[in-house]
Amino acid sequence: MKRLGIKIILGAAALCMLALPVQAGTYKVGAIFAVTGGASFLGGPEARSAQMVVDAINKNGGINGNKIELIIKDSGANPEKAISFAKQLIEEEKVLAIIGPSTSGESMKIKKIAQQGKTPLISCGAAEVIVNPVASYVFKTPQKDSFAVKKIYAEMKKMGIDKIAVVAGNTGFGKAGKAQLTKIAPEYGIKVLAAETYDKKATDLTALVAKLMANKEIQAVVNWSIVPAQAIIAKNMRQAGWKVPLFQSHGFGNIKYVQAAGAAAEGIIFPAGRLLVADSLPDSNPQKKMLLKYKHDYESRYKEAASTFGGHGYDAMNILVAALEKGGADRGKIRSAIENLHGFPGIGGVFTFSPKDHNGLDINSFAMLTVKDGKFVLYDGK
Amino acid sequence: MRDSKLFKIALLIGLVIGVQALTSVTGTQYYLTQLTMSAYYALLVIGLAVVMGYAGQISLGHAGFFAIGGYLSAALTTHNLVGLQANPVIHGLGNLGMLVSGQDIYGEPLLVVAPWAACIIAVSMAAMIALAIGIPVLKLKGHYLAMATLGFGIIIYRIGLATEYFGEADGISEVPGFTLFPAIGSLGPISVSGDFGLRVENYYVAWGLLVMGLWLLLNLIDSRVGRALRAIHGSEEAAEAVGINTAGFKLKVFVLSAVYAAFAGVFLTHYNGGIGPSEASVMKSVRYVALVAVGGMANVWGTLVMGVGLSFLSLRGVFGTYDDAVFGAILIVVMLFAPDGILSMNVRALFGGRRTTDEHR
Amino acid sequence: MTQALFFQYLFAGISYGVIYAIVAIGFNIIYNTTGIINFAQGEFVMLGGMISISLLHYFPLPVAIALAVVITMLVGALIEIIFIRWLDSPSVLRMIIITIGLSILIREVALHIWGESIRSLPYFIGNELTTVSIGPVRISPQVFWVVGVCGIMVLGLSLFFKMTSVGREMRACSANRTAAILCGINTRNMVTLSFMLSAGIGALAGCVMSPITYTQYDCGTSLAIKGFTVAILGGLGNSMGAVAAGILLGIIEAYSVAFVPLAFQDAISITILLIILFVRPHGIFGSSAAARLKEF
Repeated sequence: MKRLGIKIILGAAALCMLALPVQAGTYKVGAIFAVTGGASFLGGPEARSAQMVVDAINKNGGINGNKIELIIKDSGANPEKAISFAKQLIEEEKVLAIIGPSTSGESMKIKKIAQQGKTPLISCGAAEVIVNPVASYVFKTPQKDSFAVKKIYAEMKKMGIDKIAVVAGNTGFGKAGKAQLTKIAPEYGIKVLAAETYDKKATDLTALVAKLMANKEIQAVVNWSIVPAQAIIAKNMRQAGWKVPLFQSHGFGNIKYVQAAGAAAEGIIFPAGRLLVADSLPDSNPQKKMLLKYKHDYESRYKEAASTFGGHGYDAMNILVAALEKGGADRGKIRSAIENLHGFPGIGGVFTFSPKDHNGLDINSFAMLTVKDGKFVLYDGK
Repeated sequence: MRDSKLFKIALLIGLVIGVQALTSVTGTQYYLTQLTMSAYYALLVIGLAVVMGYAGQISLGHAGFFAIGGYLSAALTTHNLVGLQANPVIHGLGNLGMLVSGQDIYGEPLLVVAPWAACIIAVSMAAMIALAIGIPVLKLKGHYLAMATLGFGIIIYRIGLATEYFGEADGISEVPGFTLFPAIGSLGPISVSGDFGLRVENYYVAWGLLVMGLWLLLNLIDSRVGRALRAIHGSEEAAEAVGINTAGFKLKVFVLSAVYAAFAGVFLTHYNGGIGPSEASVMKSVRYVALVAVGGMANVWGTLVMGVGLSFLSLRGVFGTYDDAVFGAILIVVMLFAPDGILSMNVRALFGGRRTTDEHR
Repeated sequence: MTQALFFQYLFAGISYGVIYAIVAIGFNIIYNTTGIINFAQGEFVMLGGMISISLLHYFPLPVAIALAVVITMLVGALIEIIFIRWLDSPSVLRMIIITIGLSILIREVALHIWGESIRSLPYFIGNELTTVSIGPVRISPQVFWVVGVCGIMVLGLSLFFKMTSVGREMRACSANRTAAILCGINTRNMVTLSFMLSAGIGALAGCVMSPITYTQYDCGTSLAIKGFTVAILGGLGNSMGAVAAGILLGIIEAYSVAFVPLAFQDAISITILLIILFVRPHGIFGSSAAARLKEF
């Protein structure tokens, strides 16, 4: 009996935490990020970047006098939590829009919920399936994998490479990239001779490198991941004395991985947004001002290097702010405002959305970069 | 004894209905979403409680059984079999009425296994795997048992994460609803799905399943072997000495708990419309052990309350970025100060009862 | 498989295996004095790495490592004093749960202190590209550091347990605690000591492997699982067994790459271990008599 009594008290307590009073003149915005757990290197910077945007806007008096209330939920990259939070944010908090989640798997799970709940969702997940087929309320900010793949393959053609090995981390990012790499290869006359997936917590890939290296036909390696292991593979390849070019994905766009790989990072070629080379862009570049501001704001506030991952969250929040300015407190209007954004400069590139394109970026959002003396520089071919 | 059990169950049913009524009166029906999800987790947890509390076996791999159920039913009900129609097995399944055809979002023909058939396949698979690994695993003790169950969980996690059929890191999305009862007359069909409009009925489906599971477990505990084990405070040696087949009881309970976990997996996956590899992770298994520990090992009612309560709070994101930390802290605090669970401090300790065995060190 | 490839896998396997073995030895030290498996052992490895990396800003490398080892030892002692010391003969199940809880807690604290980004110590000799050639195989000198440190630790520990009186007292606690108390041994202090020792060993391992594997707040969990597996396989409490089992597991993992997709590596190695466990429940190198004594 005592236990049941406690249950009743618990239940009553839960019900007492009901509906918080809604402040007049605030725009409620939800965010679902993997701040902890296996994808925290994505979710952490994304959440911090989004918070930074909101703080800056609120400090300057909000959007047309309305302050933004950002509710960040930490999913720990668990899809079931993302689902629960999405429903909670939509029905209970009645948010105007949701930014995140950080991973593709979570985004795919809540795509339908956002669509049903008629709430705009701006995902930071990488996979193209998030916006293809298009769901009218679902958008995403990271560049499409297929553009990154095409950039890499075009570069390979120039270098005369046509037989490659693909390695990827076992995250959603790695999975999507591996699929695109194998799918697009024939278009460029490239043969994928080996495709392997390693664990996201891998600490040493010497054996894998030995296996690939034994195949003398392989002319280059493409690694697709967002996890620390991408520094490890670079190190293990160079330690084994394997000299073939190493291409990485845009997931390499974090200076910490370069520092981790040290001397082994030299000469890695990869496509990425222009954030990493913001300083060397011409002043005429539409993104330059935005990139430098983000870099400065983020680095001075959080005392760590800005990465393109955080940029996804920054873009998502900024796009939403632009839409809130036009659409006000109306989910449908916000949705169409996003869809009508044209030439909006962000960290990932210049966004131009349309009813058919809910990513809004084109192949020019990528530049080819390389690592020289421990720094990212634009790659200008051999 | 029996009367008090009946009375408690009736009270629980009353409470379930009461909560639903209260949310609908106060316009806070959104609470039902997390209550539904928590009920499924609680189903797994009460099964595990009997394994740990009565059979005295730790299992650090129960998320594996949940995942077997969830993944199999998700994969079977989403992967298109149109290309395999000529295959005799598929053809046979079709003749048995176990397949449903339809159209996907592009208007292409779609042929998948019916959810009820997938559910049967998934749950029986979990039961068979539990039986197959239960026989050798349950012979192990202490740390060796912990290692074996942990290893089992990791294998399932790895398979999900590495197999394209199971969606690798992304898991499986767009799992269709599971229609339990077709529409009768003016009553609509009852279907397990996350649609906003089906919330109330899904709440009752989840809690109905939980109450049924609870009833079955309570009867099992009251069975001859269960009573005997309890009477001698869970000491296996003593039970063996009076001629009780403890090995058989342990295996039975283990398989039953796997079936509970698989059912929870199947239903929650249909409710969520998808499943991801995190459902099979070691952290999830540890979390279930934490819930059992807090509820008090051999206390099915306690684990039910804590399983629902803590899952509910966690799913609502109350603990923020400290979610895992909270569970870690709960594990420590409960095991240090109230090894019998925080709701049953007065019940004699399972561990205290094991004094004879503890003396070995 | 060519001969060169055969040796490359072999050396890769040994370098994985030695890391697992060091973690497993940490498990064994505490197990030997208390009969407890400390699931937070992996977190000691993480703490050693993290603390030394943080201290590197202020001190030269050897000092940073030494301080990190000492600090982690203090953490180990604190954990024992706060959470374990006053428990009256706790059961295996209860200790498993408490130490799992500790491991989660330490990991989360580390996340909130150091954040989610990866860090590493610099290579002790040379840099990321430096290698030493042995026949067809090229090996990073850091691997020799790991192997060397592991070897010295195993040797040092077995001398410590056999030759010194403190070591003998610790072994006495494990063999028969009541008898040890009767002989006037302060068993409680011995337990604290064993936690400090194993924390120190874990921390040192975390420092030497950091340049190779990197250090992240959650790197302890997977190491702990591997280390636990190895400790079980080698027979709980058997340090030589742990080294042999660690290298065996490492080699199985390395060669499995040749035959099955890498993605299934862990599933394969753990399946093999489970089979071994079912056939020989006391591990490959453990004795069944000892296992019976130690269970529960």
